[in-house]
Amino acid sequence: MIQTEKATPKRSEDLSKDLALTLYKDMVLGRTFEDMCAQMYYRGKMFGFVHLYNGQEAVSTGVIKALKDKDYICSTYRDHVHALSKGVPPNQVMAELFGKETGCSRGRGGSMHIFSSTYNVLGGFAFIGEGIPVATGAALQTVYRKQVLKDSNSDQVTACFFGDGTTNNGQFYECLNIASLWKLPIIFVVENNQWAIGMAHHRSTSIPEIHKKAEGFGLPGIEVDGMDVLAVRDITLKAIERARKGEGPTLIEALTYRFRGHSLADPDELRSNEEKQAWLQRDPIKRFEQVVLENKIAENNELENIKEEIKSIVQDSVKFAEESPNPDLKDLHKYLFV
Amino acid sequence: MKKILLYEALREAIDEEMAHNANVFVIGEDVGHYGGSYKVTKDLHAKYGDFRVLDTPIAENSFTGIGVGAAMTGLRPIVEGMNMSFLLLAFNQISNNVGMLRYTSGGNYTIPMVIRGPGGIGRQLGAEHSQRLEAYFHAVPGIKIVACSTPYNAKGLLKSAIQDENPVLFFEHVLLYNIKEEIPEKEYYLPLDKAEIVEEGTDITILTYSRMRYHAIDANKELKKKNISAEIIDLISLKPFDLETIGKSIKKTHNVLIVEECTKTGGIAAELTSLINENFYNHIDSPITRLSTEDLPTPYNGILENAILVTPNKIVSMAEALLKLKV
Repeated sequence: MIQTEKATPKRSEDLSKDLALTLYKDMVLGRTFEDMCAQMYYRGKMFGFVHLYNGQEAVSTGVIKALKDKDYICSTYRDHVHALSKGVPPNQVMAELFGKETGCSRGRGGSMHIFSSTYNVLGGFAFIGEGIPVATGAALQTVYRKQVLKDSNSDQVTACFFGDGTTNNGQFYECLNIASLWKLPIIFVVENNQWAIGMAHHRSTSIPEIHKKAEGFGLPGIEVDGMDVLAVRDITLKAIERARKGEGPTLIEALTYRFRGHSLADPDELRSNEEKQAWLQRDPIKRFEQVVLENKIAENNELENIKEEIKSIVQDSVKFAEESPNPDLKDLHKYLFV
Repeated sequence: MKKILLYEALREAIDEEMAHNANVFVIGEDVGHYGGSYKVTKDLHAKYGDFRVLDTPIAENSFTGIGVGAAMTGLRPIVEGMNMSFLLLAFNQISNNVGMLRYTSGGNYTIPMVIRGPGGIGRQLGAEHSQRLEAYFHAVPGIKIVACSTPYNAKGLLKSAIQDENPVLFFEHVLLYNIKEEIPEKEYYLPLDKAEIVEEGTDITILTYSRMRYHAIDANKELKKKNISAEIIDLISLKPFDLETIGKSIKKTHNVLIVEECTKTGGIAAELTSLINENFYNHIDSPITRLSTEDLPTPYNGILENAILVTPNKIVSMAEALLKLKV
């Protein structure tokens, strides 16, 4: 059944303490890691374009923590936190940003090209939309293994992340069509943070409700509060179930906001202070803290301890990155060909 | 031995490799039910099923990217460009992903995929269907570029390309699909990085590839009458060039003429000229010279179209002129 609707507030699973703290920890890791990246960038420890994820943590955590290890994710240039949620150790991501040999892409990729075959991270793709076909190909592979190679265990789901700006790009529509036509096990996750650098979403898009575009391609399109980790998780679980059962793709539009500029090089002059303040009130980490405390799932000191623990993990990642070696010049050509 | 057309040789290569390895599949426009625009995948869908000979919507950038994603996760796609010109629409995926992703990912992923299809100037196909993209893609790091020219080399090269762990751009020529030749009954593989000495000679080395191989052979009949002994080398591998075979020939003849179908500016010959200068300067007795297609969109009119192309006559005149310039 095709549905174009808002996520219902009812939860399809109970929030156990374990789960709550896992989600909380992942969001805090994302935020703390990115704040550290900003510091390191301004101290000249990392270079190039660095796009931070602050404010959008509920999407990465809500989607990726609902996946299994064997599932794939595909990201954009704003990819650090997706990789962390998928399990890539912070040391490896930070070392990559420092350009070190111990980085997950061995210092060859950088901030916008986080890859990890170990954790099924298909990559950070720096151009708008180019990851969408790649993710669609990974999803095709899952079905191919099942149908052609008769591998009954082949049921991975691929989650493909991109922003609102990308939904005006042809690859988005081409792959919605193909994934729906072939019933591929993929979840298209639009992180609608309202701004494509300086282009406001409503200035670039004839129909700004992105989830509505799914209907024309015959797949469910669902809008969800991207500042509410449980809502994102809940809708993702349904999309995963649908994908694993072979029923095809889902388009999730998560309404969210980035708390920083497009990249650390963006002066961020176009977004109004009122707009920023309104979204800051909806900070997904603070909101989830409230849920946890009000429902007495955990005590405040437990959350504080998590924050301290994460702080120390992130500090360690900086130490690890700093102490790691640069790639050896003799390996300049390594990895070009097999 | 059996007599076979070039497109049939390509079809055999794909058929045999698909039979060897269930991870090999074909993806592209009209490759399945229609059998491919030049019948290279004719009836394969009936043998292997629709999934392994997968018809896609018209979405070059996306189905090329889908090939990348499938290759990254362990399959071995053969992507067909219905006409290689259409792959301009997939330029981003070919450059950023097919070519660079293995390196950018620090070796996390490999892309064992072949992108193949018809290129070159046909007969009055108009500018957009007459492109020689080998030159456009030449600068992309991380891809091998191969051009086949005979049924024998087409089959052996394509089989090797499908088995290669690296991405290969495999160029066929619209006017060569019906070339007929005897090829071995048994399976065989040819190396992707070796040039082919088509005719041996001692006075001048003619470096060429794809359809121009036949123009060079025609020209050589005339050159022989003029007592000029040309060595014709089919480059086969356009990236990397087989500098060993090329160098050996140059050290023998000391004169080089490059004959290509791509446009002169930024063409294959431009790059090859530089490499010969860098590597064999001391062995050259006359200016390294190229004959290319003119820097124009290919005109529709047959007379105009012929005028921009290299012809056997032009090759003869240029070879003669070069040898007169010998120091």
